[in-house]
Amino acid sequence: MTRLEWYLALGAVLTVLGSTRMLLERDAVRRVVAVNVAGSGVFVIMVALAARTDPPDPVLHALVLTGIVIAVSVTGLALVLLRRTQQPPGGGPADDDAETGDSA
Amino acid sequence: MTLAQWLLGSVVFVPLAAALVAAVAPHRGFVVALPTAAAGCVATVALAVVVARSGPVAMMLGGWTEPVGIGLRADGMSVAFLATAAVVGLLVTVYASGWADARGGPFFWSLWLTMWAGLNAVFVAADLFNTYVALELVTVSGVGAVALGGARAAGAALRYLLLAVLGSLWFLLAVALLYAAAGSLALAQVSSRLAAEDGVTVAVAVTVATLGLGLKSALVPMHAWLPPAHAGAPSAVSPLMSALVIKASLFVLFRLWTTLPVDAALLIVSQAVGLLGCVAVVWGSVAALRQDKLKRVVAYSTVAQVGYFVLLVPLTAPALAEGAGAEARAVATLAVQGTIAFVVGHALAKTAMFTAAGCLLHSYGTDDLAALRGAASRHPVPVMAFGVASVALAGLPPALAFAGKWQLMTASLDGGQWWWLPVLVGGGLLTAAYSVRVLAVMFRAPDDGRADDCPAGPARMRWAALTAAVAAAVLGIGTSAAIGLSSTGVLGAAL
Repeated sequence: MTRLEWYLALGAVLTVLGSTRMLLERDAVRRVVAVNVAGSGVFVIMVALAARTDPPDPVLHALVLTGIVIAVSVTGLALVLLRRTQQPPGGGPADDDAETGDSA
Repeated sequence: MTLAQWLLGSVVFVPLAAALVAAVAPHRGFVVALPTAAAGCVATVALAVVVARSGPVAMMLGGWTEPVGIGLRADGMSVAFLATAAVVGLLVTVYASGWADARGGPFFWSLWLTMWAGLNAVFVAADLFNTYVALELVTVSGVGAVALGGARAAGAALRYLLLAVLGSLWFLLAVALLYAAAGSLALAQVSSRLAAEDGVTVAVAVTVATLGLGLKSALVPMHAWLPPAHAGAPSAVSPLMSALVIKASLFVLFRLWTTLPVDAALLIVSQAVGLLGCVAVVWGSVAALRQDKLKRVVAYSTVAQVGYFVLLVPLTAPALAEGAGAEARAVATLAVQGTIAFVVGHALAKTAMFTAAGCLLHSYGTDDLAALRGAASRHPVPVMAFGVASVALAGLPPALAFAGKWQLMTASLDGGQWWWLPVLVGGGLLTAAYSVRVLAVMFRAPDDGRADDCPAGPARMRWAALTAAVAAAVLGIGTSAAIGLSSTGVLGAAL
């Protein structure tokens, strides 16, 4: 197995594990983590593909960077929504983080 | 830069700029949104005229060339989707101005304008990575808009967010694989540069992308997130989600399956997608028959209709296979035109159904079917809008959905894929069944003593619903030329 194949296989395993767990899991926090694991798998595959040439392909690196930025912001949005779902009914104003949720 | 290129850029950047203004001054959102929506309608009509006269329009933003630059391109399919977004957007903008609870909060305006910019960016994106970014923009603004439904909707919004992001990740993986095989992100270059030995990579990439986009479009069996999200959203957000947001991922699915080469493995995948579509039509309709809340009936109806849309995949796939003849191409063209007509008809009908449901929700304070007894005599306009939209959605002539279904049936017969016919015909009956069940409740004699406590909402809400319904029902008349032009520049070799 070459180094490229090794990293591609690693990325594929991470993606499949993360996706499967995300689809089967009911607990919302674990689902957020699982999506991030799947995302890391996709990014590993992309970085591995970029390393096929010397110097590495900058376009794929740029794509991974954008992907990471999107993944981080989406995780933030998910955590805000998560906190909202876990507020006890009637316990505090439900809309107090509306602005956080909207701008995330 | 020509006028058409200016228009192409403005359909993305004007709504985005308006969204920023609306975010800074949320309580004046309507003042920003209404002119933007009206200008969007004018711009898309102008763009449609240009594309109809002289073919697809393309430009590179800022003069940077690929792979660094951002390319925009509008063909017949883009223009049809752009126009749908603009018209639905204008109607929903008028509707949303009528009732604060329909918006859910002042940030409705900026979220809706961001969503619109994202949708338009998906429709005119010429390269795969910008498609991914624009899809994420649509998802995030859609999730924010659903979450405006308050603490109740937060769970549904979270579920929708996680599944949509997972779908996007799969699509991103497919983009990376296609880039690795073709060395370009521009869809036109990808399809022309792919060599025969890339067959396996392309097959894996397109399958993964189809799975991801299917998840984002709520294709059965990946549909469970849709009904709570669409039904739990505020009244003005539900029509946007159902009429437009799922169309973004469907549009990308159509793009891939009308551009990239198809091999033997992908032909099998395309038949599997069609089969899932058939299951979706039956499963979604049966589920719609079993709901006891009006908005959930309409939401499950969307699950069923997605089944029709993906029938494009098995019908166009043979035309993209190696050595396909002119006959397969003609079938694919018919299928593309039929699907576009059907998608536009569905968007208008779903706008009408969800806005009508919102009007009744406003009057009765609930959308329980049991509480809507006798709604027809007290609130005739929304009930009529719902009825007309149901007829249009079921595909009776002269509705746009009828024209679309007719084309799809012709394409199935011409292409020798007769096995889709029972679903195309039977699905209309199922649509009629769940709509008539709702209408029957509304036409029943009203209960006593509830006559006074259900005031009608502002007139513009009712009339926006009825306008959408009537448009869906009569646009099949005299539009055959427009439907014929909608496939301009869509299919692979024309790129």
